[in-house]
Amino acid sequence: MSAATSHAPTPPLRGRSVRLRIKRQAAPDAPVRWEDFEVPYRPGMNVIVALLDIAERPVTTQGAPTSGVAYDANCLEEICGSCAMVINGRPRPACSTLIDKVLPDLNQPLVLEPLSKFPVVRDLAVNRERLFNDLKRVKAWIPIDGTYDLGAGPREGQATQEAAYPLSRCISCGNCLEVCPQYNEDTGFVGAAVISQVRLFNLHPTGALNAHERLEALTGPGGIQQCGFAQNCVKVCPKDIPLTDSIAIVGRQVLAHTVGRSVRG
Amino acid sequence: MATHKANIIVVGGGLAGLAATMKIAEKGHHVDLFSVVPVKRSHSVCAQGGINAAKNLKGEGDSTWSHFDDTIFGGDFLANQAPVKRMCEAAPGIIDLLDRMGVQFNRTPEGLLDFRRFGGTLFHRTAFAGATTGQQLLYALDEQVRRHEAEGSVSKHEHWEFLSGVLDGNGACRGICAMDLRSMTVATFPADAVIMATGGIGAIFGKSTNSIACTGSAQSALYQQGACYANGEFIQVHPTAIPGEDKLRLMSESARGEGGRVWVYREGKPWYFLEEWYPKYGNLVPRDVATRAIHKVVFELGLGVEGQDAVYLDVTHLDRHTQDAKLGGILEIYEKFVGDDPRKVPMRVFPAMHYTMGGLWIDTERQATNIPGLFAAGECEYQYHGANRLGANSLVSCIFGGMLAGPAAVEYAHSLPQGAAATPSGVFEAEQKRQIEINDRLFHNLGRENPFVLWKEMGRTMTEHVTVSRDNAKLRGADAKLQELLERYRQVSLADQTRWANQTFFFTRQLFNMLQLARVVTLGALARDESRGAHYKPAFPERDDVNFLKTTKAHFAPDADEPRLSYEPVDTSLITPRARKY
Ligand SMILES: Cc1cc2nc3c(=O)[nH]c(=O)nc-3n(C[C@H](O)[C@H](O)[C@H](O)COP(=O)(O)OP(=O)(O)OC[C@H]3O[C@@H](n4cnc5c(N)ncnc54)[C@H](O)[C@@H]3O)c2cc1C
Ligand code: SF4
Ligand code: FES
Repeated sequence: MSAATSHAPTPPLRGRSVRLRIKRQAAPDAPVRWEDFEVPYRPGMNVIVALLDIAERPVTTQGAPTSGVAYDANCLEEICGSCAMVINGRPRPACSTLIDKVLPDLNQPLVLEPLSKFPVVRDLAVNRERLFNDLKRVKAWIPIDGTYDLGAGPREGQATQEAAYPLSRCISCGNCLEVCPQYNEDTGFVGAAVISQVRLFNLHPTGALNAHERLEALTGPGGIQQCGFAQNCVKVCPKDIPLTDSIAIVGRQVLAHTVGRSVRG
Repeated sequence: MATHKANIIVVGGGLAGLAATMKIAEKGHHVDLFSVVPVKRSHSVCAQGGINAAKNLKGEGDSTWSHFDDTIFGGDFLANQAPVKRMCEAAPGIIDLLDRMGVQFNRTPEGLLDFRRFGGTLFHRTAFAGATTGQQLLYALDEQVRRHEAEGSVSKHEHWEFLSGVLDGNGACRGICAMDLRSMTVATFPADAVIMATGGIGAIFGKSTNSIACTGSAQSALYQQGACYANGEFIQVHPTAIPGEDKLRLMSESARGEGGRVWVYREGKPWYFLEEWYPKYGNLVPRDVATRAIHKVVFELGLGVEGQDAVYLDVTHLDRHTQDAKLGGILEIYEKFVGDDPRKVPMRVFPAMHYTMGGLWIDTERQATNIPGLFAAGECEYQYHGANRLGANSLVSCIFGGMLAGPAAVEYAHSLPQGAAATPSGVFEAEQKRQIEINDRLFHNLGRENPFVLWKEMGRTMTEHVTVSRDNAKLRGADAKLQELLERYRQVSLADQTRWANQTFFFTRQLFNMLQLARVVTLGALARDESRGAHYKPAFPERDDVNFLKTTKAHFAPDADEPRLSYEPVDTSLITPRARKY
């Protein structure tokens, strides 16, 4: 029971296997390279399982020893938002992406790349700090007076809850930003996810009290006027968040806010 | 040092860590918040079903005393009663606070909070936000902490891993040593006090319902530095999870709380064995009871679905609105990961390791560990659940514990004759040097062992012998196996020698701590010759209050490189222990 190799997955010489082609980069300033891998196919496996296989036995299809592939993941049930990556050309959560679904033909490779809109840390792991900073920019929180006991919160109708709840499910994965033509360093655009959060907080009775601050933040550079209505965002959101509705609604709020502001002088 | 601005380190940004941070920052003190993942991605997001508080909004006559009694009874009388009572009394206020922060709890037609039933109680006591309650709660706290961050009172250190505490000559905690998970820099950080909120230990069992970051590595490192670890043997195995190769995904108890039924075929007909065996609680018996029942049906009666290790969890008879508005989040998980629509076909589930009742020992008042200046809150400590946790009680214990630990740490800081600045720099340098040496040794190892293989073997051993049913000979065997793995760990070699964001390296480092903690769990179970809550020994089927109504405390003995167990009495001052029958 000692040799490491006796427990590693058997090299997939025979039987069905999944071929992976992975875009790799050892560090932010290191050159990009592509590596090919083959792992045994099992029904129902997701992309993370394939990456775990590689970690356990980091050898390329050509037989060259290499390192395990770096990636972000935590929950493995599509709720923490860590594992977004570009899978066969489209951003998806690696944990909930089943090979059977994205790769009906096992002769085709599974191509994995890091999200391109964020700086690469290593391989498939990227730095999404900008997303969290943008949430700060729009004050995405309810400004409560304090955490001491002040009694119950405001009442809320079932209908309002059922409208707000879907918005509150955003996992900050960044998929919507990956496909947004306007989301880049130059525009500084905050993107669909953050705009949708503004809608969520403005919906809340207490959050509405400082809606103007959030709307103000969306009037400046990188604000909502950057949106080019490509409508790609809504198609790739794993949580089915109605992003284009959010952009339209917040767009009207921002307009009303700026008009109000100019009237007030 | 009267009331200067304190500087507190909080390790972990799940519900417990964020609750502590919020409390400290609100009072104008400063927090350095460390987390291996961005705090918004902490494991707490996984919690599905809800959070308990006896708000009695359904006219059932629920009370905080009933919540307290259910919790103590559910925990088989192993929890200290005074702190549990305080938690249950605080719970309704915690729900109000979360509500004020904008958590999208489900509502009644009148616009009030809605409550569902959970296991181990007869009351509707669980507030919920769809089936993604943990996500909603964590986000609410994350947003409050982001506000404090924007105002300068919180500095986040995300993608930093806690390696050890910095202990001064008197054994007091003066800060931490941590590693940047990108540059791999090892650095020390001084603080007036440190709060640990590093969550669960699922990875010790290989596969569990927990997130990847739940390794228990931080708790184990502190245990090896002298922190006492309590009731490690109490491990909750959740009755209903979806088997998977990378993870055992939970199917929340809320599925049963909303009317879901558990069954298997017997003689060609559905047999609702929980309802038959436990007519009063039915499908909502506590987790340990349901788990053992499922094991019995599958392993003793051989009635697993299609001969496999599975039973049906059925929500197909529920109306569409309940399925979507109250359970949508979890049914979606099943649909996404299994491919079948659970609205139409019964789900196949099986028990999985889920939660640790044990954890760092803390006192009954202040969440203080036995190391001065070191506090703990959340799943990483042991205080609130006794021998078995009731569903939806963890989220409340995390927030309650965090809200207690924060102010307690500040108070401690103010009681110090001298702040962190007075600690000689040599104390920090020595700890940093020790940790860098551990890293270097690991990089220079040239053995033949593969860390992932060792981890799998540990997981298999722990799952087979240290979960649902325990036998002394097998526990001894498991401990021998763990010692063998620790021995083989010395021969571990790293294929990846790079010193930048080397995830294999991080994992391998954690693995050592996991093995040490696995021994605490195993030896604690071996020593406890009784059955209580989640700890079940067929050879000792009864609870034995004469010999074992006591808290297990494990101390690391450095010379022997293994745990030493001692015991302390449990506070049973409010409710006299009675037989636990459902
Ligand atoms: C699938 C699932 C569903 C659940 N559902 C419910 C429910 O409905 N109701 C309920 O009451 N309970 C539920 N629980 C239990 C509950 O979710 C957890 O007990 C709780 O969230 C733990 O919170 P925490 O703050 O203690 O730790 P976590 O949320 O696990 O956070 C730990 C933090 O510590 C950090 N960390 C860990 N190690 C280190 C280190 N070495 N250095 C730096 N940082 C570190 C992590 O990054 C993270 O920020 C569920 C659990 C699971 C697994
Ligand atoms: S809106 Fe959707 S795609 Fe965008 S970050 Fe949130 S969850 Fe991801
Ligand atoms: S690992 Fe959390 S979303 Fe995939």
